[in-house]
Amino acid sequence: MEITCAEALVRCLEMEGVELIFGYPGGAILPVYDALKDSKIKHILTRHEQGAAHAASGYARTTGRVGVCMATSGPGATNLVTGLANAYMDSIPLVAITGQVPTVQVGTDAFQEVDITGITMPITKHNYLVKDPKMLPMIVKRAFHIARTGRPGPVLIDLPKDIAMTPIQFKYPDDVKLMGYKPTVKGHGAQINQAAKLIMQAQRPVIYIGGGVVNANASEELVWLAETIDAPVVSTLMGLGAFPGDHPLFLGMLGLHGNKAANLAVTECDLLITLGARFDDRVTGRVAGFAPRARVIHVDIDPAEISKNVISHLPIVGDTKKVLEALLVRLDKKQNTTWINTVGYWKHEFAPRYRPGGEYLKPQYIIEEIYRHTGGDVIVATDVGQHQMWVAQHFAFKYPRKFVTSGGLGCMGFGLPGAIGAQFGRPDETVVLVTGDGSFQMTLNELATAAEQSLPLKIFVLNNRRLGMVRQLQEFYCDKRYMAVDFTFVPDFAALARVYGFKGFTVRTDQELQTALTEAFSDQGPVLVDCAIDPDENVMPMVLAGADICDALDYE
Amino acid sequence: MYHTLAVLVENSPGVLARVAGLFSRRGYNIDSLAVGRTDNPAISRMTIVVEGDERVLEQVSKQLHKLVDVIKISDITSSPHVDRELVLIKVNTDAGSRGEIMQIAQIFRANIVDYGHKNLTLECTGNQEKINAFEEALRPFGIKELVRTGKVAMLRGAKYTNINRTKEED
Ligand SMILES: Cc1ncc(C[n+]2csc(CCOP(=O)(O)OP(=O)(O)O)c2C)c(N)n1
Repeated sequence: MEITCAEALVRCLEMEGVELIFGYPGGAILPVYDALKDSKIKHILTRHEQGAAHAASGYARTTGRVGVCMATSGPGATNLVTGLANAYMDSIPLVAITGQVPTVQVGTDAFQEVDITGITMPITKHNYLVKDPKMLPMIVKRAFHIARTGRPGPVLIDLPKDIAMTPIQFKYPDDVKLMGYKPTVKGHGAQINQAAKLIMQAQRPVIYIGGGVVNANASEELVWLAETIDAPVVSTLMGLGAFPGDHPLFLGMLGLHGNKAANLAVTECDLLITLGARFDDRVTGRVAGFAPRARVIHVDIDPAEISKNVISHLPIVGDTKKVLEALLVRLDKKQNTTWINTVGYWKHEFAPRYRPGGEYLKPQYIIEEIYRHTGGDVIVATDVGQHQMWVAQHFAFKYPRKFVTSGGLGCMGFGLPGAIGAQFGRPDETVVLVTGDGSFQMTLNELATAAEQSLPLKIFVLNNRRLGMVRQLQEFYCDKRYMAVDFTFVPDFAALARVYGFKGFTVRTDQELQTALTEAFSDQGPVLVDCAIDPDENVMPMVLAGADICDALDYE
Repeated sequence: MYHTLAVLVENSPGVLARVAGLFSRRGYNIDSLAVGRTDNPAISRMTIVVEGDERVLEQVSKQLHKLVDVIKISDITSSPHVDRELVLIKVNTDAGSRGEIMQIAQIFRANIVDYGHKNLTLECTGNQEKINAFEEALRPFGIKELVRTGKVAMLRGAKYTNINRTKEED
C-alpha cells in the first residue's frame, strides 16, 4: 500500500523510537503535521522554534537519545538555527525536520523560502534536501544514524511540501550504508598498549575529561581508571558530572574560570590523559602555557580533534568507553602518593570560595543552598553568564546528564527551553533552572509552554539587573567603561511567573531565601524564585586573555 | 608548500558547496579545484591543490573526512604522480603575428581549436609549469580570454586511489 511521504516520515520516526517532537507548525510543513495527528508520537508546541530546538537538545542531553524538532520553511527554519548551532558545538544528537516550499518553487525566492540546507551546512553534522520521494525513508534512517553515532550532532532534513504529499511504497530500510561515514569506535591496540605504558611510568598524571565521556556513557570506566592509577580528575564545563563531584580525586573545572587546584594540577602534571575533550580556548588559556611539562594522551571519537589545538603525543581515536575498557585490563594498580598529597593540599587550600557579607545575597551562596536543599540530586539547567560559572564552580554534580548547559556556543536563552526538554526527558526528576535576568528575558516566552505542559520547573533567577558577565569583562578589559550592560527596567519576575501559574517569590535576605527554597522543593508545582544578588560580584578565579591558566586572578 | 589531494566524494547535490564551504570557513587556501565524475557515476573525484604546512594539511584532510559525502582523501604530493591541466587561450592575431603564434603552438604541442581573422584560440595540455610558460609566450600578442581547468592528478605506476583503498597492486 502506498502512503504519502509525510506519513512515511512519521512512520520512520515511530520506528526510530521517537516519543516526542518539539515543534511549531506552518504552511510548508502542514502535510507532516496532518500525518502526526494520527501518530502516538507526542508533539510539544513551543512558543518559538528556537525553543523547540533547545528543548530537543535538553531532552537529548539528559537522556542520551536523539532529540527531534520540527519547523516550517523560511522563518520557522531560520528560528531553529541558533538551536542547531548550539547542539553542533556541544555534540548533541538532534534531528531537525523543516518544511520547504514545493520543489518547483525552490530557488525562486518563493514566499517563505530560505535555503536552510545552505544556511545550516556549517552547523549541522550533515543535512538533506529531499528531492526524490522514494529516498525519504533512507534519508531518515541515515539522519538518525549520523546524529547518534560517532561524534554526535544535529542533522537536518528539509522536506519540500509537494514531496511530503507524494505517495510512496513504504519500507523502512534495515541498515545504513554510507561510503563516506564509518566512525572509528575501537581504539588502536598498539596505541592503547603504549598509553598503558605511559600511565604506569607517570609520576604526576592528571585525567582531563570533557563532554565526550558523557556522550560515551563512560563514567563507570572513568572512576575505575582514576582509582586504579591514582590520578586526579579535572573537567571541562561539558564534562561536569561525568566524574562524581564529591570524589576525593576530583579537582573541579579547569580553564578560564576553573578551580585553581585543577589549573595547577594541569600545569604541573607529567602526563595529561585527555578523554573526550577538545582543548577549547576557554580551557587552555595561552596554549604554550597549557600542561607545559606533560606528555599528552588524547582519546577522542573525532580524529579531527587530535592535535588541532594542542599537540598530542599519543592519540587514540575511538569511543571513550571502548578505549577505557581496553585500557583498564592493561593497567596495574598504582599509587602516586607524593603527587596526590600535593594535589590534595591544593584542593583544600584553593577550594571554591567567595567573599561573604555585604547587603546582598551572594550568588555562590544561593547555589550552595540549592545543593544543600536538594542533596545535589537534581537536574540543573543554566543559561549563559556569571550564574552559569557559579553553578559550574559551586554545584558538585555527582552524576552525568544532570547538568544541562550551553558550552561551546555559550548561548543565552538556552536555559528555559533546555530545562523544558530536560523535564520531558526525565519526568520523574526535579529540574532546576538557574538563569540570569538577561538570559531569561531572551526566551521567557517558553514559560507558556512549561505552564501548558504542567512542568514543575524550579526556576532561580540570579538577578543582578544587568548583564553581569559582560560587565565583568568591561571591568577588566575596558577600564570599567560600562556600556550597554545595565537594565534600567527589569520586570517583577515573581509576578510575571505567577501569571503563568508558577508560585513566585522575590528574595533579598537569607531568611527569605530559605523559605523560598523550602517551598520550591516541597511544592509539587512550578516555582520561580527571583533572587536579588550583588550586582558587582565577579566570577573568580579569572584567567585574563593571553595568560596561562596557572596565573589566574583571584580574591586577595 | 602546495599539496595535491585526490578526493573521492559521493555525487550528491551540494557536495561541492560542502567542500568549498569547508575551505573558506576554516580559512584554508585553495589554489585550484577540479571536479568531475569517475567511472562510477555515483562517485566524483576532486583534485584539490591547497597551500599550507603539514599541520594545516592534516587538519584539512581530517575536516574533509568529517563530511559525510567525502569517501576518501589521498595526499599524493610526495608520491610519484602525473598531473595535467588544460588551458584555452584566445589571442589577438593579424597577418604579421599569425606565423609566430603557430610556431609557439608547435613548440608547446598546443592545438588551434578556433580560427578567426583577428584571433586564434589555442588549447594546450600539460603540467602547471608548461601551461604558465605557454601563457607567458602568448602574452605579448595580447590575450583576449583565458580559461584553465585546474589541475587533475593521478598516481603513477601500479598505485591507485579508489574507493576501497590507496594501495600498491601486487
Ligand atoms: C545570545 C547571546 N547574546 C550575547 C551573549 C554575550 N553574553 C555573554 S554573558 C552575557 C550576559 C548574561 O547576562 P545574564 O543572563 O543576566 O547573566 P549574568 O552574567 O548576569 O549572570 C552576554 C550578553 C551571549 N552569550 N549569547
